[in-house]
Amino acid sequence: MSKRVGVEVSIAVADAVALARAEVISAYPITPQTHIVEHLSELVANGHLDAEFIPVESEHAAMSCACGSSAAGARTFTATSSQGLSLMSEILYHPGPMRLPIVMVVANRALAAPISIWNDHQDIMVQRDIGWIQTFAENGQEAVDLLLHAFRVAEDKRVALPFIVNIDGFTLSHVIEPIIMPDQEDVDRYIPAFKPHYRLDPRKPISMGPVGIPEVYTEEKMAHNEVLKASKRVILQGWKEFAEIFGRQYNPVEVYRTEDAETLLVTMGSISETAMTAVDEMRNAGKKVGLVRIRLWRPFPGPEFRKAIGKAKTLAVIDRCLPPGAVCGPVGAELRSLLYRVPGAPKIFSFVAGLGGRDVTVDRFKEIVDKADMYAKKRPVELYEVIGVREK
Amino acid sequence: MAINDAIIGWKTLPFGGHVLEPGSTVKFKTGDWKSQHPVTDNSKCIKCGMCWIFCPEMAYQQTEEGFYVANLDYCKGCGICAHECPKNAITMIAEEGGKCQSA
Repeated sequence: MSKRVGVEVSIAVADAVALARAEVISAYPITPQTHIVEHLSELVANGHLDAEFIPVESEHAAMSCACGSSAAGARTFTATSSQGLSLMSEILYHPGPMRLPIVMVVANRALAAPISIWNDHQDIMVQRDIGWIQTFAENGQEAVDLLLHAFRVAEDKRVALPFIVNIDGFTLSHVIEPIIMPDQEDVDRYIPAFKPHYRLDPRKPISMGPVGIPEVYTEEKMAHNEVLKASKRVILQGWKEFAEIFGRQYNPVEVYRTEDAETLLVTMGSISETAMTAVDEMRNAGKKVGLVRIRLWRPFPGPEFRKAIGKAKTLAVIDRCLPPGAVCGPVGAELRSLLYRVPGAPKIFSFVAGLGGRDVTVDRFKEIVDKADMYAKKRPVELYEVIGVREK
Repeated sequence: MAINDAIIGWKTLPFGGHVLEPGSTVKFKTGDWKSQHPVTDNSKCIKCGMCWIFCPEMAYQQTEEGFYVANLDYCKGCGICAHECPKNAITMIAEEGGKCQSA
């Protein structure tokens, strides 16, 4: 029987990697992700996990190594954060078009300067277009469940794409939560053995990652984009099977008290739990407010999002990332594009909050909703607003 | 400017852009952008095969007489053979008129 245990989320994530029977882990420590790979190295060293743990010299090497290992046909895992993710950047663009189903957990953290080890989404938003499937977890249970789902979907022959599960640094990675750890038999049933289309094998040599001359480059990019978009079907099927085996249902977009809501908060990641408390309090005060949470970020679930917002009049979109000089935050820009000139589409207001570990409290969410409602009546001068910034 | 339209549809590309046939590069004459090519003076050559060993493109082949000749369809003109030759028998000759020579 699966057991509900009190455990640090990073440790639970590492245990889930072991349950998924990862065969190669190449990783480099970086706060706040370190506990994940530290625990995995213990599991391997103590003989609890039959895998190769490769302690590489940098994140660039970690991802290069993961590409080679996945190409050789091994179930491959790594994890990183922030500057480490940035150091991987050059290699992150390879496994998508090359169809290497590496699974990675990113414990989201701010980017320097100034140096910050604390949580926001700037690290992953820099890597928005690397062509991996990307999900965002809200709590520890979801981190474990989404990780198992990542292995199930990434290695599916119809997909064969790399997969990132984002968990908020510290807020999730370092918090002890009650988590139901699944049984090994159930995980084995959910995640079959990895059978790649092709693998590096000296008995049957092939070349992976050759040059793409101008006569084929566009077609290679098109093929990758199409398979990433088409992966949504398998992502949904993976969550359906997950519910059948483990009893917990996940969707690309989650809604909370959106029925008859006029204003909707839009969030990703762990701040959504605080947002739900804020929604409850505002509902008690008679405000028609709800919450829409994006779990699947890439491929973006456009139809599911449009359905989730129903007939709401106003969206208050919260980005945990400030792209300097941009029109607004990446989530805000995505939703403005998605809903541009759609008949009956709500007004979209973009907010930046929770940078570099700054808490987004219940009161902040109320402030955001109040501001969005105000801007719905009187158009704001700026296309986005930084919440909680001190002027003097 | 050369026209570089697509040569294969995105639906028919090999999985992951892999090259599934080993050694398929031999089908492409990859030496057409070199700026110089090696010429061996057979009167100095001692048939030691150092050029054959060091050539990074494996462009050298041995003739029936035992001399080594670079296949200019694949030679990139790097000059390693000339540098390594113990008898200085190999001279690098510049390509003329923007055109390269082919074997």
